[in-house]
Amino acid sequence: MTKVEHLNTSHPTAWKWYDYFTFNVDHKVIGIQYLVTAFVFYLIGGLMAIAIRAELATPDADLLDPNLYNAFMTNHGTIMIFLWIVPSAIGGFGNYLVPLMLGARDMAFPRLNAIAFWLNPPAGLLVLGSFLFGGSQSGWTAYPPLSLVTAHVAQTMWILAIVLVGSSSILGSVNFVVTILMMKVPSMKWDQVPLFCWAILATSILALLSTPVLAAGLVLLLFDLNFGTSFFKPEAGGNVVLYQHLFWFYSHPAVYLMILPIFGIMSEVIPVHARKPIFGYKAIAYSSVAICVVGLFVWVHHMFTSGTPGWMRMFFTISTLIVAVPTGVKIFGWVATLWGGKIRFTSAMLFAVGLLSMFVMGGLSGVTMGTAPFDVHVHDTYYVVAHFHYVLFGGSVFGIYAGIYHWFPKMTGRKLNETWGRVHFALTLIGTNLTFLPMHELGLQGMPRRVAMYDPQFIDLNVICTIGSLILGLSVIPFMINILQSWHHGELAGDNPWQALTLEWTTSSPPMIENWEVLPVVTHGPYDYGHDNGMNLHSSVTEEARA
Amino acid sequence: MQKVPVSLWTLLAGMLIAAISLWISHNHTLLPVAASQQAPLVDRFFNIMFTIAIALFIVVEGTILIFLVKYRRRQGDNTDGVPVEGNIALEIFWTAIPTIIVIALGIYSVDIYNQMGGLEPAAHLHSPVAHVVSSSTLAAEELKSTTAPSYGFNGSPQNQSKPADVVVDVQGMQFAWLFNYPDSGVSAGELHIPVGADVQLNLSATDVIHSFWVPQFRLKQDAIPGISTKLRFVATKPGTYPIVCTELCGGYHGSMRSEVVVQTPEEYQSWLTENQLAQKQHQVVAINPANLSPSEFLAPYVHAMGIGDSEF
Repeated sequence: MTKVEHLNTSHPTAWKWYDYFTFNVDHKVIGIQYLVTAFVFYLIGGLMAIAIRAELATPDADLLDPNLYNAFMTNHGTIMIFLWIVPSAIGGFGNYLVPLMLGARDMAFPRLNAIAFWLNPPAGLLVLGSFLFGGSQSGWTAYPPLSLVTAHVAQTMWILAIVLVGSSSILGSVNFVVTILMMKVPSMKWDQVPLFCWAILATSILALLSTPVLAAGLVLLLFDLNFGTSFFKPEAGGNVVLYQHLFWFYSHPAVYLMILPIFGIMSEVIPVHARKPIFGYKAIAYSSVAICVVGLFVWVHHMFTSGTPGWMRMFFTISTLIVAVPTGVKIFGWVATLWGGKIRFTSAMLFAVGLLSMFVMGGLSGVTMGTAPFDVHVHDTYYVVAHFHYVLFGGSVFGIYAGIYHWFPKMTGRKLNETWGRVHFALTLIGTNLTFLPMHELGLQGMPRRVAMYDPQFIDLNVICTIGSLILGLSVIPFMINILQSWHHGELAGDNPWQALTLEWTTSSPPMIENWEVLPVVTHGPYDYGHDNGMNLHSSVTEEARA
Repeated sequence: MQKVPVSLWTLLAGMLIAAISLWISHNHTLLPVAASQQAPLVDRFFNIMFTIAIALFIVVEGTILIFLVKYRRRQGDNTDGVPVEGNIALEIFWTAIPTIIVIALGIYSVDIYNQMGGLEPAAHLHSPVAHVVSSSTLAAEELKSTTAPSYGFNGSPQNQSKPADVVVDVQGMQFAWLFNYPDSGVSAGELHIPVGADVQLNLSATDVIHSFWVPQFRLKQDAIPGISTKLRFVATKPGTYPIVCTELCGGYHGSMRSEVVVQTPEEYQSWLTENQLAQKQHQVVAINPANLSPSEFLAPYVHAMGIGDSEF
């Protein structure tokens, strides 16, 4: 702390707890603000999921009013996507880590960064407040005409909330692109930029290209709802399928917004805990870009049964299948990284490996659904629900957990408890598979999604799913106990508890304001494990000293 | 001495994985009965993708498991792993294999989709002109179906130039399906079709988007307000199958279910005539329904509701 005072700055030497509730421009404060806010919404969205699964334990709509059920279903999706995964993965980890990994003192536009964060709480309040007016009930897709004829006020609040988080995402993305392109420490060569930063760069470009289109679609919907226009009113010459195109032009890339940063986390966590260089640095970096480019041209696979001509369904079948190639390159790269390693089964690594195995499942079901001839059978069924929970829960949420176990020591200076971590992982893995695996069969057999009541023949599998969801609900408890306990009483971590090579580990834990007294000089690649360099020698010495 | 067993093991493992994936994908009961001409096409396609998926699943998950066990850190070992940063040949291999698989699947999807009748043949656009010469009534009908773009399935490529045997106008509304038979004037709450007949459903929606799905037919098409869509197919197995709405349409979306009754042509004919008679009576009686007592008003519906005369 005393050394920090030598810096000629106007800010305090360290932030107090209440600074985290203010308009603070430090990227690390903003990162934590994003993570904690997002986690609160994760719990709210999770409770909605439990309510949904409780309703589906029986075929009849006997627990919730069907309209309330639809409001839970709609807002579960909305909250998990827009207020949990996107803000925690991009806003949280992105803001906290990108400047630290690049050797920068902050993001390029700190004030813009704070504005981007502070657009999120009002958005969250709008979503929660909409329940006073019945809650939006038209699904997170908000397809007209349904969205134009149900819960008028709630739907309007929902649109405003999404436009706010969309704006936040655009502001954040501009910041990331400029920061990554302009602010890395001069001694870092482009092929030494950590893969997490490449992933955030790709994600940001994708967000910049696609988010405005969603905003356009939603503003038109808002006008139809409130100002008498009829862009999407068929009885007045509007076209409802146009909305679907505008919506999915953003919302398919949004899937990549939710998974690319997580892929970035994977590329950081796996090499550190496997003690191996990442396998195929360039292939993994370029495949992010490839996913972005191809990902912009696959949106109609959400519309294979809508008002779309046959040639369009065929074009988008093929473009969708192509996404499997760069995604496969990443998966194989991570698996190969494990080869010849000295794998340490830390909680972070367990979640990373869990992600790898869950994502394979979600990827394979994704390829089957990407083809129009098969998708006309499973579209809008539980098969789809199974698929996207494997990639978004088994993928993104596992990745966020891996990231938290990995960087919590950097953020707080203390390690998370490994025993609680293992309990958390075991419950999450069992819960995920119990909840989502049977859904494949439900969908294939004929159960549509987004229903509050269903054919009694599907009861057995639904009961299994509900039990799984309760286990998933329980799995959060050891995690929260761990976080609360370790934040103040955990084992002290030191600067570099994992003997990692990226730059964030060269500063104190938690890092001082403005990150370093003297900016670090990059002497080796971010994943040079096993090479006989000074860093490695140093880390093994400290490891022996501690043992 | 060491080399040979390794490649032999690889070969054996490969054969075993292939056998397991083929066996599972051809003996699973994940899909319901296949009851339309398109259904076996979809199932065959699914089974091929399923075979590949199982094989890839076993290989990738198996590799992960083996690596996790084999390369785990041993107690007291604080060294790093092998500094291997990549292998161009291997990377080309695992880029090329998936590329070949997805391109093959892409081409095969187009073929299957065409056989399912999902592609509009270019020649079809000219067919109304040809029909004007032969039959004016037919031409009018053809014109109606081709001038407004209609998305969905056009039936098997061999049948596309001919009009369908049975045409049903299907209307989706919150939260029911209504089936109108324009040729006979019959309206019903469930769909009756003859087995083996070329059936065309013209889908429309009155309020919000609905989606018409019969899992046993493996066919689905949205019914969209303001846009006409269609499903053309041949049912191949007599039976009663569920019709499920698969597009969120409001609170009771889950209860928007009906049934399709696939009957022998004789059964279908008698159902049609029975309903035709009942509904003709209804049309005469219902000129001013306000003057009728409830039982008088409901009498013509007896047949449609499937209630016997004795019970009423």
